Amino acid sequence: MSVPMSVPMSVTVGVVQFPGTNCDLDTFDALSELGARTALLRSDETSLGGVDAVVIPGGFAHGDYLRTGAIARFSPIMDAVASFAGAGGPVVGICNGFQVLTEAGLLPGALRPNAGLSFLCQPQQLIMVSVNHVLGHGLSPSDELSIPINHFEGNYVCDGATLRRLRENGQVVMRYVGNPNGSVDDIAGICNETGNVVGLMPHPERATSELLGTADGCKLLNALLSAAASTRRAAGHRAA
Amino acid sequence: MNRWDVLVEVSPRAEIADPAGTTIERALAALGFAGVSGVRVGKAIRMDVTAADESEARSVTEQMCDRLLANPVIEDARIELRAATQDHTT
Repeated sequence: MSVPMSVPMSVTVGVVQFPGTNCDLDTFDALSELGARTALLRSDETSLGGVDAVVIPGGFAHGDYLRTGAIARFSPIMDAVASFAGAGGPVVGICNGFQVLTEAGLLPGALRPNAGLSFLCQPQQLIMVSVNHVLGHGLSPSDELSIPINHFEGNYVCDGATLRRLRENGQVVMRYVGNPNGSVDDIAGICNETGNVVGLMPHPERATSELLGTADGCKLLNALLSAAASTRRAAGHRAA
Repeated sequence: MNRWDVLVEVSPRAEIADPAGTTIERALAALGFAGVSGVRVGKAIRMDVTAADESEARSVTEQMCDRLLANPVIEDARIELRAATQDHTT
């Protein structure tokens, strides 16, 4: 399988580092290899420094004390992330990043401990559901992806009204094949109503080479870079 | 100002599955404790709160629950207040 290695336009992606984040450098490397300029953003910074997209990577931000993401959401950088998201900027939360985005109210629902109470670290088959979001470019609904999961709190929950809204608005990004953690409706990833904020439990940054077992993560990361390029062009037009 | 011993009990909401609670319930049954049901596992957060009166102490604790201590999507919070036996603030 060939993986596209070029970005339509050089874009800068910010990767947020909280104390306890541990997938930051994998994410940094994966995006860099796909051709993006990549910047690490410390959680105590108040500005995103003009990036075209933001990734909140996996890990255990602030030790996941109290609840996953509960302390991280009050970091100074999160105000800047919320403003950026509010202005339509692409924001992706991977694993712990997904948990941070739900705690911050940028995505609905919450993530509870896995139904089987096991920490899951395994390859995972996924099915794309909606592609009207910043990880959808170049993908089609029903596309199957193999991307690893690595989490204890990946059990997505939301109330019935929220679930109906997610389905009706095309906000279900991907589902698990064979639900590993008890998530409602097999949900592995969701987006906000405008599609510019996405949270997912699987780790695309760990699926970037056949040497790692799968390069399917590149499809999602390349989609993000395309979305970032669109944001950059739109910003350029506004500035012009 | 007066001091209150505050206990905040955070538990998964009734409609939220609680695998830890279910597991403990099964373990209790296996140990022979019959008639145990509805086991739920949450967190107990204890703190000292200094405030003018009980209603202020409660109101401040409620704000803590809303903003940080509990996630209303999945958790309920219950607050217990008790006047501290000794006033350490003087």
